[in-house]
Amino acid sequence: MSAYPIHPDSYADFLTHDELRRIQLHRLQEVVRVSYERVPLTRQRMQERGLKPEHIRTLGDAALLPFMQKTDLRDTYPYGLFARPMHEVVRLHASSGTTGKPIVVGYTRDDLRVWSSVMTRTLSAAGLNERDVVQNAFGYGLFTGGLGAHYGAEALGATVIPISGGNTERQLLVMQDFGVTAICSTPSYFLHLIEAIEAVGGFRDLKLRTGIFGAEPWTEAMRAYIQEHAKIKAYDIYGLTEIIGPGVATECCCQAGLHVFEDHFLMEIVDPDTGRVLPDGEEGELVLTTLSKQATPMIRFRTHDITAIDPAPCACGRTIRRVRRVTHRSDDMLIIRGVNVFPSQIEAALLKVGKELPHYQIVLARQAGLDQMEVQVEMTEALFRDKVSAVEQLQRKMVQAIEHVVGLRVNVRLVEPQSIARSQGKAKRVLDQRKEGAKP
Amino acid sequence: MTLKQLSIFLENKPGRLGQPCQVLAAAGIDIVTLTLADTEQFGILRLIVRDWEKARAVLEQNGFVMNVCDVLAVEIPDRSGGLASVLAVLEPATVNIEYMYAFTLKRGGNAVMIVRFEKPEQAVQVLRQHKIALLDAAALFKLT
Repeated sequence: MSAYPIHPDSYADFLTHDELRRIQLHRLQEVVRVSYERVPLTRQRMQERGLKPEHIRTLGDAALLPFMQKTDLRDTYPYGLFARPMHEVVRLHASSGTTGKPIVVGYTRDDLRVWSSVMTRTLSAAGLNERDVVQNAFGYGLFTGGLGAHYGAEALGATVIPISGGNTERQLLVMQDFGVTAICSTPSYFLHLIEAIEAVGGFRDLKLRTGIFGAEPWTEAMRAYIQEHAKIKAYDIYGLTEIIGPGVATECCCQAGLHVFEDHFLMEIVDPDTGRVLPDGEEGELVLTTLSKQATPMIRFRTHDITAIDPAPCACGRTIRRVRRVTHRSDDMLIIRGVNVFPSQIEAALLKVGKELPHYQIVLARQAGLDQMEVQVEMTEALFRDKVSAVEQLQRKMVQAIEHVVGLRVNVRLVEPQSIARSQGKAKRVLDQRKEGAKP
Repeated sequence: MTLKQLSIFLENKPGRLGQPCQVLAAAGIDIVTLTLADTEQFGILRLIVRDWEKARAVLEQNGFVMNVCDVLAVEIPDRSGGLASVLAVLEPATVNIEYMYAFTLKRGGNAVMIVRFEKPEQAVQVLRQHKIALLDAAALFKLT
């Protein structure tokens, strides 16, 4: 059994196999029925396959259902996939889409209750309880991280400090003076905090013992570094805006894979190329169906995250199955400081500035623990002006255009023509210089 | 009366300035005068050369991005207040100067400055009205 006391909401983590599958099937049938009735896109796609809600008789029948993609949210922007009228929707969140516009998801009151509950179970699995003081350094706002962790920690009964991301000096002051025992943040931001803390003399007097890290991929090497330097236990959590936000899956005290809250999220692993469902243990793309989401239910949502299901029982006693830590994706999406970035967005932004697309490259680096993105743009005859101020203005325009599309302020460096390496005439769009090793 | 000036985009990195100079040297093109405007990240090298069309062709062949624009070579009395006296005629006519740089050689007792005006044709008129000498390419290159 778990090494920690369990929050009552966590009992669902320990259901028997039969109980869990019964709940899943019941909820799957319900979400398919509701989506068929209320979401035109889903109904149309099911009709194209001659599929009716009553054809879903077993959990395996989920494989008959059409996939949903992030682009579906973009194409039906903003409310096209909502299954509830707006007066029942009490919250909206958004994340960046694949180009220009963001994608929007909604929550009913019940959705918020479920979200709080799965985040409570997440924090409980990491050993937190009502005596913890939680510094929530996930960004508050349209990003789901801040409010998701906030309500989960409150529901757990912990003391929440809604400090949001950034302002490192204040983070350190709060951590020290408020007796913080747990922190929620992106792993890259915590690496930055470690540097700042070590610069002022280290972790000796801090009560911090737990870190809840998510919203971007990180590695076992980073975990080892964080645990050693900050003298805490570092847990990986997983979630995505389209499904609910954080609270889809979490590590337990065993830190050996992430338990998916299967009573609310049906998981499948599929071959990213063919879409064929793969057996447990095989690596593929994670596909998730929201089993209880009311406002924006997602059926067979393609996450593009590559992982594998580990069906083996976990030493913590949880019966909900685990997935392996997600370290890479099947598409070209980048995650920078918790923000999703697609190269296509950068292209769209650069095209807004000049009429032609210049050669460009996205360079990812890690400075003082923080992920930095620089967009290098080759100067062209059409863009070049003889005046320094005009070139600087061009650069500013590119920064602004990218910020407008991506929601992230990045460096733009204008470089000489032909200075970006090309392979077979095609520029390599992303150059990742972030080290996989321990010291970031 | 205008002269052609080549502006080249360069990254602000060690060794960058040498490359266009080597390209021009290899093509046997003399640089008559030049100036470099730089920021932390990039620089703009501005050149007056004898054969600007040939210079542009060889630089383009070597992958440089360039701009060609019209500038004036203005004679400035080489005494204190000399530049001020020229500027004084331009100001009331609201002829905007974008930048200028000095030519290395003198013509008689006068200095020569290369000036990039916002509207070169307008500047020519104003300067001529005030009998301020402008050098065309032939006259300028004779000095070198």
